[in-house]
Formats: sequence, C-alpha cells, structure tokens
Amino acid sequence: MFSLLKGIWTVLKHSIRKRETVLYPEEKPLRYPRWRGRIILSRDPDGSERCVACYLCAAACPVDCISLQATQDKQGRRYPEFFRINFSRCIFCGFCEEACPTYAIQLTNDFEMGEYYRHNFVYEKEHLLISGPGKYPDYNFYRVAGISIGEKNKGESENEKPPVDIHSLMP
Amino acid sequence: MGEPIRSIIILIAVLVGVLAIAAGLIWLERRMLGLWQDRYGPNRAGPFGSLQVAADMIKIFTKEDWIPPFADKPVFVIAPAIIVVTTLLSFAIIPFAPGIEIVNLNIGLLFFLAMSSLSVYSVALAGWASDNKYSLLGGLRAAAQMLGYEVFMGLSLVGVVMLAGSFSLREIVEAQRKVWFVIPQFLGFVIFLIAGLAETRRIPFDLPEAENELVAGYHTEYSGMKFGMFFVGEYIGVTLISALIATLFFGGWLGPLLPPLLWMMIKTFFFICGFILVRASLPRLRYDQLLSFGWKLMLPLSLLNIVVTGAIILAAS
Amino acid sequence: MATIFIDNAPYQVQDGQNLLSACLSLGFNIPYFCWHPAMHAVGACRMCAVKQFRDENDARGSIVMSCMTPAADGTRISIDDNDVREFRAGVIEFLMLNHPHDCPVCDEGGECHLQDMTVMSGHVYRRYRFKKRTYLNQNLGPFINHEMNRCIQCYRCVRFYRDYAGGRDFNVFGIHDRIYFGRCSDGTLENEFSGNLVEVCPTGVFTDKTLRKHYTRKWDMQTAPSICPHCGLGCNIIVGERYGSVRRILNRYNHEVNGYFLCDRGRFGYEFVNGDCRVRQPLVRHTSKSLDVSSLEPIEKKEVLQYLAKMMTSSERVIGLGSPRATLEANFSLRSLVGPENFYVGMSEPELKMVLQIIEILSNGPAYSPSLRDVEQCDAVLILGEDVTNIAPRLALSLRQSVRQKPMEIAERLKIPRWADAAVRQAVQSERGPLFILSPMATKLDDIATKTLLAPPDDIARLGFQIAHEINPEAQPVLDLSENLRELAVSIAAALKQASLPLVVSGTSCGSVPVINAAANVAWALCTQGKKTGLCYTVPECNSLGLGLMGGLNIRDCFEKIMTGSAGTLIILENDLYRRAEAQTIEAVLQKCKNVVVIDHILSRTAREADVVLPSGTFTETTGSLVNSEGRCQRQFRVIPPTGEVQEGHHWLLDIMTSIGRSDVNQISSLESVGELMAKEFPIFKPLVEIAPRADFREFGQKIPRQPHRYSGRTAMLADISVHEPKPPDDPESPLSFSMEGYQGIPPAPLIQRFWTPGWNSCQAVNKFQSEIDGPLVGGDPGRRLIGLLNGNELVFFSEIPQTYEPRDGEWLVVSISNIFGSEELSSLAPAISERVPEPYVGLNPEDANSLGKKDGEKLLLSINGISKSLPVRVITSLQPGIIALPIGLSGLEGIALPAWGKVLENRNG
Repeated sequence: MFSLLKGIWTVLKHSIRKRETVLYPEEKPLRYPRWRGRIILSRDPDGSERCVACYLCAAACPVDCISLQATQDKQGRRYPEFFRINFSRCIFCGFCEEACPTYAIQLTNDFEMGEYYRHNFVYEKEHLLISGPGKYPDYNFYRVAGISIGEKNKGESENEKPPVDIHSLMP
Repeated sequence: MGEPIRSIIILIAVLVGVLAIAAGLIWLERRMLGLWQDRYGPNRAGPFGSLQVAADMIKIFTKEDWIPPFADKPVFVIAPAIIVVTTLLSFAIIPFAPGIEIVNLNIGLLFFLAMSSLSVYSVALAGWASDNKYSLLGGLRAAAQMLGYEVFMGLSLVGVVMLAGSFSLREIVEAQRKVWFVIPQFLGFVIFLIAGLAETRRIPFDLPEAENELVAGYHTEYSGMKFGMFFVGEYIGVTLISALIATLFFGGWLGPLLPPLLWMMIKTFFFICGFILVRASLPRLRYDQLLSFGWKLMLPLSLLNIVVTGAIILAAS
Repeated sequence: MATIFIDNAPYQVQDGQNLLSACLSLGFNIPYFCWHPAMHAVGACRMCAVKQFRDENDARGSIVMSCMTPAADGTRISIDDNDVREFRAGVIEFLMLNHPHDCPVCDEGGECHLQDMTVMSGHVYRRYRFKKRTYLNQNLGPFINHEMNRCIQCYRCVRFYRDYAGGRDFNVFGIHDRIYFGRCSDGTLENEFSGNLVEVCPTGVFTDKTLRKHYTRKWDMQTAPSICPHCGLGCNIIVGERYGSVRRILNRYNHEVNGYFLCDRGRFGYEFVNGDCRVRQPLVRHTSKSLDVSSLEPIEKKEVLQYLAKMMTSSERVIGLGSPRATLEANFSLRSLVGPENFYVGMSEPELKMVLQIIEILSNGPAYSPSLRDVEQCDAVLILGEDVTNIAPRLALSLRQSVRQKPMEIAERLKIPRWADAAVRQAVQSERGPLFILSPMATKLDDIATKTLLAPPDDIARLGFQIAHEINPEAQPVLDLSENLRELAVSIAAALKQASLPLVVSGTSCGSVPVINAAANVAWALCTQGKKTGLCYTVPECNSLGLGLMGGLNIRDCFEKIMTGSAGTLIILENDLYRRAEAQTIEAVLQKCKNVVVIDHILSRTAREADVVLPSGTFTETTGSLVNSEGRCQRQFRVIPPTGEVQEGHHWLLDIMTSIGRSDVNQISSLESVGELMAKEFPIFKPLVEIAPRADFREFGQKIPRQPHRYSGRTAMLADISVHEPKPPDDPESPLSFSMEGYQGIPPAPLIQRFWTPGWNSCQAVNKFQSEIDGPLVGGDPGRRLIGLLNGNELVFFSEIPQTYEPRDGEWLVVSISNIFGSEELSSLAPAISERVPEPYVGLNPEDANSLGKKDGEKLLLSINGISKSLPVRVITSLQPGIIALPIGLSGLEGIALPAWGKVLENRNG
C-alpha cells in the first residue's frame, strides 16, 4: 500500500526533472562510427568495386532485402551485375556488414532517408556505390585471394609463391 | 419565463464545456505523462502541441470507419454511443456553482449511480458485438469488474448521504460549509476514489483493455470515430468522477475569495491530474487480485464505514 | 550382419564393408575426402581417422583410417576420442596450408565438401605463416572451369576420370608437394562424363563453367526433382532455378538409375531453356495480302484460345500428332482432344516399328530389362549394333563398371575386399570381363572390349542369330555364315554361357528390326540355359517407350490420312516433323492442312511454318511422367514458377478443350485425373498415379518447398518492378511449393529437391538420404517399372534372318553415326554443347575415299532417297568398304531415314 504511494511520489518528483528527449530536426543526435544507417558499397584502394558478389550479405539478411547477381569481367574478376537493396524492408541490423568478407558492404551514419513513395526505397548498385573505401581504407580482397584477375596473376598475391613448374621433377 | 431559457443555456454550456474538457484531456494527459516520464509529449502541433487535439480529431474523423463483416452490426454501432450518453447524462446532476446546474434532483446521487451502472452495457455489448475472442474477454472482464466495484462505490457514498441527510448534490455541498466531508468520511473518500478509478477502467484497473494480453480488449475491432467515442467516454468519465469527488468530499464550489465556479473547476482539475498521476505511476493489477481486492477488502471496509458513521451519528444525536 | 562397438555402444552393420561406410550408414559424421561411395577407398587423405581398440579392456587403442578398416564382427572404435579428434584437426590443417583465400569468389562456396569437413573437424585459423603454393590453370573446354590452387590432392578426380570413366586425357602430374591434376596441355576434356568432376571434386578445383555464366549459390537456387530429357535412359536430375532462368543441372541420386553420375549432355544441355530459340508467347500467322508475305505475330492467350475454338469448330477433322519428347500426360490429353482414331504417335515408321518391337520383346520374353545399376552388376556383355557412348552415354559408364565384375574373382581369391580400390586394381591389373561389341564402326567402348566386330547392321543381326543358336540349338541357325564368324559366334556364346549375369545390349540406332530380334534371341537363349539375363535396349528419346506403350499409328500413316482425306486442323505436340520425315513430304502435308497448330517450347522449323504456335514448357516447366528405355515410369516436376504465357503442353490442350466447350474436360483437368483416366484406358499405366506422392500429399501438414530455408532476396528480387512482393505462385498439381515455407526435412524419394542436411552442404549430403551407403534412397527409389516379366507365354525364337550385306555397284549403304553432342535436338541448342557439336560431314572408308579421289575435308555430293547433300568428307578407318556414315541429327541432316541406299553423284567441285 505504502509502496504504491511511494511510487506515485517518485513519479511526481519527475515533474521537475530535466527532459531526456532530443528534439530531433532542430537538434541532431550524436552518432558514433559504428552507427548502423544507410548501407553503401565501397571501393577498394585501387578504386575498383570491392563487392565480389559472393551472396553472403543476401544470405545473412534476415528480411531478405538484398538481391544481386554475380558476373565477371574477361579477366575473371567477379562483381555484381546488379545489386539491389530494398530499404523499405531493411531493418539496419548490420548482419550484411558482418557477413561481408571483403568490407564492401558497410553501414553509414546517414539515417535520414524518408520518402513519400515506397518504390523510392529500392536502391540499385549505382545508388549504393560510393567512390571511397569507407571505414576500412587498406583492405583489398583480390590482393589476398588466389585467383588471377588480369592485372594480378597467379602467385602475385600477398603471401604467395610463384606458380609451380609442373614439368620439373626436382625435389 | 426566463427559467427554461436559462436551463437550456446552462445545458448547452455544460455539454460544450464537458466535451471541450474531454477533448482537452487528450492533450493534457499526454503532456502530463510526458512530464512525469521526462519527455515532452505532443509538442509539434501549435504552441506546446495544444493543437494536437485538432490534429487527432481530423485524423479520427477521416479514418476508415470499419465494421467487421462478422460483427453484430446494430449492437456494434450502439455500444460506443451508450457510454458517452450515460456519462454525459450524469453531468445533469452536478452543481457546478450555486444556480449553475441542469437539474437539482433530490435523488441526484442515485441517478449518478444508475447511469454509471448503465455504462457497463456499453463495454459488455461492444465486446459481445465484435465477435472477437479478445473483445469478448475484455467485455466479460469489464462486466465483472464494474459489477463488483459498483456495489461498494454506492456503499461508500452512504456515509456522505447520512452526514448530509440528502441525496441531492446541492444539499450535500451545502452540508459541507463547516467541514469538508473528506475529513469525517476519509475512508469513504478513499474507497470512492478507488471505485471511481475502476469505473472509468483506467490504470491500474484497465483489465478490460489490457493491451499486452487482449490486443485492445473490448474495442479491438473499433476504429475511426466509434473508437473515438470510447476514448471520449473515458475522459468524460474521468471528468465526472473528479467533479463528483470535488462535490461529495471537497465542498464542491465552496471556497474563499474566488468565484464558486472557479473553485469547482480547480478542485475538479486537481483530481483529474491525480488520475493521470496514478496512470503514470501504477502497474496494472492481476485479474484475480482485482476481484478479490474489490469483494474481500473494499466491500467490508465500506460496510464498516457505514456502521461507524451510523454509530457516530447516532451517538452524536 | 556384424556387431561393432562405436564409443562403447553396439550397432548392427552389414558385413564386408569398411568402417567409414558403416558409420555413415548409421548416421555418424566422419570427415572424409578421398573416399567416394562409388569409387571406394584408397586411404589417401587421412581424414577419416578413428581409434580402434583391441577389446573392451584396451584403453589405449590405435588410430586407423576407417575407410581402410573392415567392419568385422566385434570391432571396437571411437569416433569422438580426443586423440583422433586432434589427429583429424591436424590433418585438415595440413590440407589447408596452401588453400587460397578464395571462398567468396569460389563457385563451390556454400556447397563445398572441404568447407563442411573443415568445420566438422574444427579447424578455424591458419597458423602456418609461410607463403602459399600456386598453380597455373588450364582451359578445359566449355564445360569445366579449372582452379588448381584450391586442390587438396585427394585424387578423386583422376580416379573418377581415368579409372571409373575410362578417360585418357587427364592425369596427375608433378612430384613432391607440386602435384598437379590436369591435362598435358590446355584443351577440352574429351571424356563424356567430365561434368561429374564438378560433383566428385570435394572443393572448387573443377566447377561448372555454364553455371559460372550466371552464378548462383546453392542456397539461392529454387530446385525441383526432374528427369533428363536428352536421351532414353531417364537419368534423375535436380534442376536449379533463379530469377526465372535455369542455372544448372545436378545429379539426383537414384540407386537404380543413374547413381552418382550424369553424362555431359545431360548436365550441360539445359542451356537451351534460357535461349533465344524458345517460344514465350502464343503466335498466330498474319497474312498480308498485298505483299503476299505472312509472318507469325504475338497474340494474347485469351485471343488465341478464341481463335483456336473458332478454328476447331469450323474444321471437320482434327488430327493430333504426339511426341516422344512430351510427357505421357500431354500426349494423352492430345489423344483425348482429338479422339483415339485421330491420334498419331509422332514417330517415324521405322522408329515406331522398332519401339513397338522392343516393348513386345521386353513384355513377353523371359529376359528382364535391367536398370543401369543392374548393368553394372553384369559380368558378360554383348552389344549389338549400338554406339552406346553416343546414344545413351550414361549406359556406357555402367558398362565400363560391368567389365570389372569378372576380374573381381582375382581380388576375392586374394581376400581383398571390394572396397579396397587401390589394392583391387593392383591385383586385377588390366584384366577385364568379357565385352563383345558388334557395330558398324568403332565405338568409344572398344578400348575395354574383349572383341569387336565391325559389320553392317544385317551382318550384326546374322551373327547375333548364330550366337543364339550356339547357346540354344533350338534357335534358328544362320546357314551361310563364314567360318571365322561362326568361330566368333562360338567363342562369344561360350563367354556368355560362362557368365552368371550376362547382358545383351541393343537398340534402335542401327535402324534395324533384325538386330533387335537377334539381341532378343541371344538373351532368350541364355534364359533357357537358366541364366538371369538382362536385355537392354536403347531408345531414341526420353519418352519413346511411354508413347509406344500408348500405341497408335506413325507419322507416315498420319500424312497419308491428311493427303487422302479432306483438309482439317493438325495439332502437333512438341515435335519437329522435319527431324522425322523428308522435307518435301512435310511441306506438302502442311500445305494441305487448313490449319496447323504447333504446341512446342522451341521455335522449330515445323513451328515456323505453323498457323498457330502455343508456347509449352520445357522439362523445367513441366510436371509430368516419362517412361525410360528400361520401362521405368518416372515423374518430373517443374522448377520454374509459371510466368508469362508459357504453360505445360497438357494445360494448353486442356484450355483448348475448355474453349470449345468439351464436356469431358473435367476428366483430364488435373495431372492426377489424366493419370487415372490413362490407367482406365491402358491398364499398363496403372502405377502412373503412384510413382510420386499425390498433389495433396503433405509432410507434417506442409508442402515440400522448392526453395531452401536460406533462400535470399525474397523482398528485393522483384522490387525493381514493384516494391510490393507478390504472393508466391501456387502449384496445385504437385506436393511441391514455390516457397521457402514448408517441410525442410528429408522428403519422400520422388520429391527430393536437393541434397542438403545440417552440416552437409555439398552434394555429399546424399549419404543422409540413403537407407545405407550406396544403397536405395530412404523409402525406396523413385519410379516404377511398367514392363514386367510375363513368363506364361511359350517362348518362340525369331527366325527371320536377314540376307548378308552385299556391296552394290554404284550404290552405298548409308548408316547413321550418333554424336553425344549434336544428335539430340534440344541439347544441341545449348551454347556450351554446341561448341562441341561437329560440322556436318560424311564418313568414308579410306579405300572408298581413295577410289572416289577424296581427301579429308573435300566435299562429296550424296543422294539418299532423292535428297542430295554436299558434305565434307571425313575418313573413318573403322568403316567397312561400301558403307557411308552420316552423322544423323546434325543441322541439315535431320529427317533422313537410315540405313538406306544412297548414291554418290558427280561432284562438281572436283
């Protein structure tokens, strides 16, 4: 009984407390670097697309709002033919960023993406792709992977020996 | 000659006033809750968000007025009207100030009790007509709860009636010139306060619409202005109970310096704020707690109150 | 049965197998790489280590390779012991030392046995900090992509390619830690089964090049069980679909039919489904009078049905022409639409005659029709007139296994278990069981044959009859046979009589009924000797036998009826007439018909000349039943959701029936009602409704989803068209759904839409679907044999022996050559396959080429039945003098009935 009154009293005391609300459009909230906002596709330090269309982001997405198709150029470098995120379904969970083996897909600080029409939330690759490496300035997947991609041949990746001469029988 | 015109003016003034207060409460409650929860509440429409009511009205009137195909149509339509009508009718007997009242019934208090009993039909019928399991459960809960609390609500007022010697609210106010009945009838006041909360189905007695278990209880299937009427009905109810507490226990319009009408309004407003404060701070009861609290504690207490009051009156006379 | 103890719990297992397969059969997970259920154990990878204990008191135990240890009674092992777990983790760490950081761009990723086994063994972090070894890749042709860096040296690829499939152009090179699996130099892999390397390789060294063009992960593919349409064997396949196009074909294990392997035609022939050759909208001929040209114009479905209804009601006669590449249901619907008297089987006269003869022989004779599995078990084989590798390729792979049966005696004598593959091969060396090939020219199986005889079809038949006579003197002898052929017949007969499970293979490709009869005589003669004898016939198309069972008249009869009777409407179901008869006749017939309606999925030459073309579904868009050459009736399920106006052939026929207001339309309104009606009309089709669960079948109240549980992009794949996701299409005709919701466990065998179980993402998950390793699928293999054994009839040997082949002056016997890539209509439309299709040519014996003064590549003008063709010469040494070989089915060479007598005309070029 008295606990009830005490509760009421505690609430009443809040009449003179400072308000916690941030009045958003006038006052911008503080966003930390790991804030999970609008998704982008970054480029590697050479300036070419980082995404290798491995489909892992799409598989990790709990609302299945990422869809893409892999293709490759003549040299064998794989990239997405199209890459679509339906932001009207996205829940900004960041699983895609976690799943991405190449740091291509990243969540940014921008969250102000209101639209009047739902179809405007469908972002294609040209809307997603930025011109820089985003949060990870140094990583370049194709410098680590074993496949050859034209400008980089077999044995030229980091931590690789030159290709084996299979005709040699030397021990 | 002037009498009927005067009553019509008062009638219209009371109707408009009460509805305006109910509408204002929509804004006020959200503002107050915001205040106690360290937020702002509505603050975008108009100064301090005061035009929120207008915005809400526009919204609620332009919403699709959906009647589910499986509902019992006439009952479904009538149910929300009943609650508004019965609570508004109760205002007929409230003396706001000397001369400002619609009727001075000598059985005014009984009339109030009758009306508030009728309002249970609204909720029960709404739950029934919706043909939805959650609505029906909400309706049943409401019926059981209001039946239970109705009983000792009436009994808690017997002490007041005994002290004033009348059922007429004006005479009850007049009888408090010496001392507000809250002092001799403190127990009655507490019981009436609790019963009033239960009658308006507000937290902590909002089991009929317990949204975490029953979706929205008896008004699950309601939308648009029909839902709005339940809403308005609830706020009118809050106003009514506050006005009654002021009238029955806190000397109605009586007070120094200020005009009587203002005193009445101040007292009513105070209790409205009290209702909101209770909502801001208390959790919802469990259903079995609610009923056993009513029948096993409040009913004996109110009976005890009658006996003690009667004994004291007898002893004093 | 033997009792073995695994981690101290007793289990009953089959005797004579190794511990690995015993444990996998029991449902335990043991990692492995080099072991393959069909290729058995060599103990190369050291992954499947377990700890073996001498007895219950032995606490120390010793680590053994489970694949190399027999599951003998009383064996005690531990899978979970800490020592073995560490051992396996160490092995996988070594195997992964040089494995590249490729998984995101590797086509195997997500269905990689190496990934699965690495996770299973608990290796997560590469501690080795030195540089990785790299290799250069090779271009292995249009089918297979090579990425040697990923290799873990398990040797499965060479073991499959060389030992199992008999390929010669692929091997292991190098020494030390520089082992290399590939060809001597860049070039196309020649073997017809190279596609299986994709599934055999536990990692991403060999991947599907056609899939690479439109790469999709396994978890993103909508898959359904289907039947390969590219030959008569009816191999079980899994078709994968994404974004409305077919992405790849995978093998669907069926113990009785194709086991673990497919041929390249079946695996890579699917691409025609996505091609430009498809019809995707109804077309109607519009004739512009002023210009006197007419063209096919697209039209709405509703309009075309109205148009057809008007057409059908105004013409007095409607004739239907079925197709051996359409489903039973579609053919039967056509038969119901036009009436049995107006229904014609869409096969040419000789073809239908042969198919009916085969059905007659298989259903009334004592020899059984063997499944491919049975073929593998046979220990003596006689092939009469078939180039099996090019006609029914998967059968050739089974025959390659059958020659290993006899030499197993050697291994058994030495007490080497069958599964110890390396030891068995050491013991057997080049020893092979008897395989005799009688064929008009050299075949791809000659390298394993005991004896081959090159002879024209009639002589093959004669030798066959003589062999039968040598086995059972009751059979008619061939009197005027040369001495050496008689001796050959005696030796073949002796070898067959010695065998415990002899097999006779023949088929339709010689175009000769006597050859088929001779094969029956041999098989029956063996049966009279108390042998369980297999008689295996190849048929030209995926439903030839099914259509034959339905019966009817051939194309020639159909043409006659049209030419003699009044003009009417001709409905052609999924059939290109130009592949079955001469162009002149067809043109005349199509002219005579008032209206020609073609229901087909490709715009064939016939379709281009039709008045109305209705787009039907390919095998990927059709639910229906097919009967394979064994007589096995199997169900295929559509995998592409219904989009646009393409629909199954039988749905078009149903729509036509509805639009003309036929009252009996309800009888064929669903696949099941068609099946029931067929069973009523033809009792032999009674099992048709039972070959797969009915459409109302539910597992735990749910449908079987075609999409895996991790199907991605559901809310984005169509968002560019409309952001509101559409409802998934219904599939009222099957228990499968176009959704990821439903029962994701192991479904009944005919509905297996993918091989996946938790922890087993690769196709090796098939282990979990089998009732025992390398045994039937859980719940029995799909399909029902329609042709049974009817032993009641008195056995009567065939006695019409053809005359021996005599070279004619100025005339040449033209026989057909089949090509695995090119002879079949649909697969040759696939880009990858078409790269392997040869240019049309004419095959000549070197002597004849000399006498005609022709060299390789020079043109020769040839006239057969009044059709003349000028073709480049290819000298084929194995051809008999006086015989010309023509690659049938290549573009420009369709519709010629062979064998036939042809003339070499004066050649203007030379």
